[in-house]
Amino acid sequence: MAVYKRAYRPYEGALTPEWSRFLVLPRYAYQEIFESRLLTAFLVICFVPFVVEAAIVYVANSEAARAVLQISRPPADFLRPDFFAALLGIQGGLAFCLTAWVAPILVSPDLVNGALPLYLSRPFTRAEYVLGKTAVLIGLLSLVTWVPMLALFSLEAGLAGSDWLSANLRVGVGIFLGAWIWIAVLTLLGLALSAWIRWRLVASAALFAVFFMGTAFGEMWRGVLRNSWGRLANLSYMIGIVWRHLFGLETRRSLAREMLDDRRAHDVPVWAAWLALLAVCAFSLWLLNRRLQAREVVS
Amino acid sequence: MTAVIELDGLVVRLGGRTILDRLSGALRGRAIGLLGPNGAGKSTLINTLLGFHPPAAGCARIFGTDVRQSKALRRLVGYMPENDAFIAHLSGVRFVRYMAELAGLPAEQALERAHEAFFYVGLGEARYRKLGTYSLGMKQLAKLAQAIAHGPRLLLLDEPTNGLDPPARLRMIRLIREIRDTGRMHILISSHLLRDVEECCEEVLILKEGRVAAHCDLEEERRANRKFVELEAVGAGDSFAGAVQGLGCDYAIYPNGNGAARVKVVLPEAIEMRELFRVAAEHDVQIRRMNYRRDSLEDIFLAAMKANGGGL
Repeated sequence: MAVYKRAYRPYEGALTPEWSRFLVLPRYAYQEIFESRLLTAFLVICFVPFVVEAAIVYVANSEAARAVLQISRPPADFLRPDFFAALLGIQGGLAFCLTAWVAPILVSPDLVNGALPLYLSRPFTRAEYVLGKTAVLIGLLSLVTWVPMLALFSLEAGLAGSDWLSANLRVGVGIFLGAWIWIAVLTLLGLALSAWIRWRLVASAALFAVFFMGTAFGEMWRGVLRNSWGRLANLSYMIGIVWRHLFGLETRRSLAREMLDDRRAHDVPVWAAWLALLAVCAFSLWLLNRRLQAREVVS
Repeated sequence: MTAVIELDGLVVRLGGRTILDRLSGALRGRAIGLLGPNGAGKSTLINTLLGFHPPAAGCARIFGTDVRQSKALRRLVGYMPENDAFIAHLSGVRFVRYMAELAGLPAEQALERAHEAFFYVGLGEARYRKLGTYSLGMKQLAKLAQAIAHGPRLLLLDEPTNGLDPPARLRMIRLIREIRDTGRMHILISSHLLRDVEECCEEVLILKEGRVAAHCDLEEERRANRKFVELEAVGAGDSFAGAVQGLGCDYAIYPNGNGAARVKVVLPEAIEMRELFRVAAEHDVQIRRMNYRRDSLEDIFLAAMKANGGGL
């Protein structure tokens, strides 16, 4: 019978497993996100550094390719942790831009016109809602950070052999953990801003502001109080400290000197950087918890 | 028969205030009206039934499921909120499909039922338009479509005719009655429009200041009111009076002159109205007018408000 001739009938068919229902959110979100050609193009651009670095890895390990290109053999420690740390920095920056683009359209459209009670009037919890929305960003950001980087790491391990792998196993772990902590910070912060700011452009600008204002605050603190603790508000510096620790690069000159051109200051301790990033995640979750209520209760 | 909704000393406190105060009762009707002035606690009761507000004391159950078991409970209900509730950039059918999938329907069935729901509520032609472009009446219908698409056992409608013009209101009322008459779904309608409730519901719970002001079975009230009949008749003589008495009715005749009279009759439970017509025909009595006193819902509502401490 044609759909338009049917009267109301109850649904008696099978239901999807409850655990899988949060995946409905990313499926719909991706369909919407990839309707934008500009975003698809940007996503392709995010892979350019990876392709370039993959070519470098191949050439560095292939005598035939070097002969064709007439390049001399690179130094033995060419593919050291710095190489991967620098690439993670680039991919992390691109992940930040992707978050600023995508995060604002995830939560605010549900809140602007009061759709949240419709989600929560179904067998679907607030935690599943947040999980579904974070899955959107986690999927996209993974695609431009740890997934291609681990592929690159595997390529190098495959070409250079097991000795290189055993000597640089920490780099692989660093890539994975470093990317995940960055994804967690960006995802939760992006969703929290999307939940509290209804205008897309303002929410994107706010994400940039959090990073730039944090940097400015940290330097102001340093200028006035003559210590580095204010830099705990500088998120890009904090993630840099954590990455250096994960890649085993702390013995080099300070990150403050490299990033902030501060020759005299010591870096903040690694534990403080971890705590600062965890605090940002916790604060973002608190903001989400405050905002994502089926019904607002005014005291 | 399991009650649709059971309230057992339900207390809900929000922001330090008691909003629902020891509500008790069992609602069993196919269509249940929830009435009360603004601030009586109607929407809070609906939100509590959805598990949005936890009871501070007592409990509420839907088909025997405690509202504290919110996931199990929400499998049973469809909800149409009072305020705007849509995602503006989604097309109507995509929105309803999305909501049906969140309720657990597989993607294909969700799509099919989204189309069906849209045709059912009369928005078939507009289903590919974005919701942000819908008129208020269309948005209300889209909200109804998402509430029924997954086939709930209980439909919670919070002010379903809010902001609708008269034709749209009639259409919404017709739809609600149709859904009720399918017999597949129970409906709880919260409204402060007595007429909406009167037209759709067979049972009414009236709240005032968070308490139950009245709980009545409208069908029963209607049946009871049919017993008091007032006739304006020509030719109603002693023989007619005797025949009416023969039916077991109490009666009184007040002559108006020119052979006309007002006749007041109290019908016993077992006697149908058509018996009066039959007796009148047999005795050549012309019934020119007939009224039966009808305690309207408005009377019941006003009496409930008055009985519970005066003004609205």
